[in-house]
Amino acid sequence: MIERLGGLWGHLQGLPVFWLLLTLGVFQLATMIARRSGGFPLANPVGMSILALVLLLHFTGTPYERYWAGAQWLHLVLAPATVALAVPLYLQRARILRFAKPLLLTLVLGSLLAIFSAVAIGWALGASEGSLLALAPKSATAPVAMGIVEKLGGIVSLTAALVILTGVTGAMLGLWLLDRLGVKDPAVRGFALGLASHGIGTARAFQESEETGAFAGLGMGLNALMTSVLVPVLYGLV
Amino acid sequence: MLKGCIALLACLVVGEIVVYLLTLPLPGAVVGMALALGLLVWRGGEPPAELREASQGLLQYLSLLFVPAGVGLILHLDRLRSEWLALSVAVVGGALLTIALSALLLQRLVRRGGRTDD
Repeated sequence: MIERLGGLWGHLQGLPVFWLLLTLGVFQLATMIARRSGGFPLANPVGMSILALVLLLHFTGTPYERYWAGAQWLHLVLAPATVALAVPLYLQRARILRFAKPLLLTLVLGSLLAIFSAVAIGWALGASEGSLLALAPKSATAPVAMGIVEKLGGIVSLTAALVILTGVTGAMLGLWLLDRLGVKDPAVRGFALGLASHGIGTARAFQESEETGAFAGLGMGLNALMTSVLVPVLYGLV
Repeated sequence: MLKGCIALLACLVVGEIVVYLLTLPLPGAVVGMALALGLLVWRGGEPPAELREASQGLLQYLSLLFVPAGVGLILHLDRLRSEWLALSVAVVGGALLTIALSALLLQRLVRRGGRTDD
């Protein structure tokens, strides 16, 4: 038995459930740290978990495919969870309809701002052309942003990375920033967060309240639509 | 709970079918969400308890579900490293600017709308 200990790590590395367990365990730990920190914005469970697991894979030399073999089971649930957003949205239908005009106007301007601010800052700091195209749709949910960049002949994998970083930024700092700005209405907070930082921002919004989460889901869904129209059109102009 | 999960998965699959047939530039899940919302509106009244349960169960752990894709960042470390300053400022600055200005605009519009209604 003792002589088999040497091969134990290799065996665990090849076990999909081991990575599933680690992902759940790390996330649980990150959630506990976030709670302990008393709402310190950088102590965000998603951000901390991603960082911890990236470091773990990096230093153990584990290929992402090995990790994915276990973690994909969680990823698979993401699509039905997105569909599940329809329920809180439906429960908020009266407020959504009442504020239809302000929401639509904010959507158009916010979507343009998300695209222009990222591209302008990147351009000013000397980002390459390929990176600028990957930055443009970064506020949209990952599959939409990747689809847009693929059609325009850009770097799809870089887009995915930037989309995730945008989501984590929104989840970490978004609600904290809105507190500083004195924005208290859960509908306004949620819509802005979902529009700018898609599903990861929406997940954060649900931790605040069901109403914040519902409006974040609305912002995410509408901005997916808006970005997929705007980016190709704007790209055709430049 | 099981019935609720079946309903969500059915909407998702129909969403995927619609995206495939119409070659829409959207993920099947977003179309599935719109479809489920449409069905709830058409049905009216309170959403079925089984669906509410399934939806709450999934959304409670929404954050966790982004972790596997997020760890995929590891595949792009080299690219991120070579242009890290421009990319990180663009990502963080762009996101915060968008959140702040969208929220302030919407807050203004909602308040003004509220006043004219009263």
